[in-house]
Amino acid sequence: MIRIAQLSCGSEYSGIQKEIERAAETVGAKIVYPEVSLEDILDVEKKFGVKVASGDLNLAMARAVRIVENPDLADAVIVMTCFRCAEAAIIRSEIRKFIHERSRIPVLSYSFTERTTAETLLTRMEALVTTVKYRGLLARERQKGLTAGIDSGSTTTKSVIMRDNEVIGTGWVPTTEVLKSAEDAFEAAIKMAGIQKDEIQAVGVTGYGRFLVGKHINARLIQEEITVNSKGAVFLSDAQRGPATVIDIGGMDNKAISVQDGIPGGFTMGGICAGASGRFLELTARRLGVDITQLGKLALKGDFRNVAMNSYCIVFGTQSLVNSLSMGCKPEDVAMAACHSVAEQVYEQQLQEVEVKEPVIMVGGTSLIEGLPRAMEELLHVKVLVPKNAQYIGAVGAALLVSGLLEG
Amino acid sequence: MSKVIVYPPTSMILSDLVERMGHKALVVPERVRELVTANDVQSPPLNVTPEEPKKGLRYAAVDVPSGVRGRMALIGPLIEEAEAAIIVEDPGWLTGCAGCSRTNELVRLLIRTKGIPVLDLNYPTDDAQAKVFVQKIKLFLEGLK
Repeated sequence: MIRIAQLSCGSEYSGIQKEIERAAETVGAKIVYPEVSLEDILDVEKKFGVKVASGDLNLAMARAVRIVENPDLADAVIVMTCFRCAEAAIIRSEIRKFIHERSRIPVLSYSFTERTTAETLLTRMEALVTTVKYRGLLARERQKGLTAGIDSGSTTTKSVIMRDNEVIGTGWVPTTEVLKSAEDAFEAAIKMAGIQKDEIQAVGVTGYGRFLVGKHINARLIQEEITVNSKGAVFLSDAQRGPATVIDIGGMDNKAISVQDGIPGGFTMGGICAGASGRFLELTARRLGVDITQLGKLALKGDFRNVAMNSYCIVFGTQSLVNSLSMGCKPEDVAMAACHSVAEQVYEQQLQEVEVKEPVIMVGGTSLIEGLPRAMEELLHVKVLVPKNAQYIGAVGAALLVSGLLEG
Repeated sequence: MSKVIVYPPTSMILSDLVERMGHKALVVPERVRELVTANDVQSPPLNVTPEEPKKGLRYAAVDVPSGVRGRMALIGPLIEEAEAAIIVEDPGWLTGCAGCSRTNELVRLLIRTKGIPVLDLNYPTDDAQAKVFVQKIKLFLEGLK
């Protein structure tokens, strides 16, 4: 059983401890609490470099020290503190860094409210467990044989066919009925690859609909999108060795993943606000009367500074864009303002919590909206890579990883 | 007999002193005991459910962290019930704490603004100070009805 050490403040009093344990149990893990002495807590400043007023945060830091000094105590770490607590936000980030820099134990950090449920935590916990359990599989760098990957996303369903490390077929359809969309994308990829379905040696599935689709098509691998997308991103960017940062702005949530040798070391997953998702860009395109595929090119001609964005919210942010248009702003400026708004939110709310190391790779369908990687480059002051087939990242990762199971 | 809230609200030492002087000590462990011994244990270990942070909205706004509001759901009613208070500054963790500094600040504020008699003390660091500490508490408690 995978042991996930919980370093937290406020989870019991927020009434969500049971949910944390339920999420861990669902993915075959167990929550553990490394024991520390009172001296460990009183000495935490010497070892950690900081001591704060809240006792539970000092306890969490002392536990982090104990894990680093005794890595056998836990297989993974989850650092959790209350949403909106400034003191906790600083310490949460420091604990993550402390463990990340001193051990190879994967760390996930999360800020919760009383509304956090096991379902909210499931993908995150699953990613932690996968990182520990399938480290060997995740280290795979080449795809072998004839395999397929399906990424059943919230907005679109993607599929690829790969043969001997090459993508030979792709399929992309909007997600409507989950199973039908998966079948349609799969069929399209098979058709493009010019192969017969029964020639495929194994199928890997990821994305929101992974359990349903995976069961339906009898997939050999059903895996969450954090580890799968990391793998797909570094594979397509030819950055499988060394550090990398993967940013995936999806239709419904965002992922920022710090990767080392193709394996996620730390990650954050957004999803609280639709204003920081691809959905906001879809709405902007619709309001501007352009196809979503043209929004990025339009944005590249614009300047976000010419538009007053008063809110990150998908409703009030759109209102700002509409107001700007009525005041005579150019559509290209509005398009860039929307891209900048999404990038800025991801930068402010997620990239602060992972180690941003080059290369920075943007993936997913939104990365093809050219204004978005450009806006991210301006914020991060680094070159952002968008690999070929970036929209198929999950499907590629799934096809690559499942090929590793053929040898087992 | 008066109902006396102590700070830190988990301090068994202060609670014991209050009870010895014939008053009722209002402390968090009692409230926690009520929760954990309830028939319907929904959320171990403390049986605090997501309902508690919502009850805590009586003492802190929704933009205050859920952990503070959840703690206030336990401590807030004790403050409401209190007729007197003893506040010990810089008590050290062995004396007890709520675990969360923001909660500690809010608890002290609500006690002080309630308008009840409050005894403010510094935590003793040697035997002589400890004797004075206990004396002051004794005098304060004797002065209560």
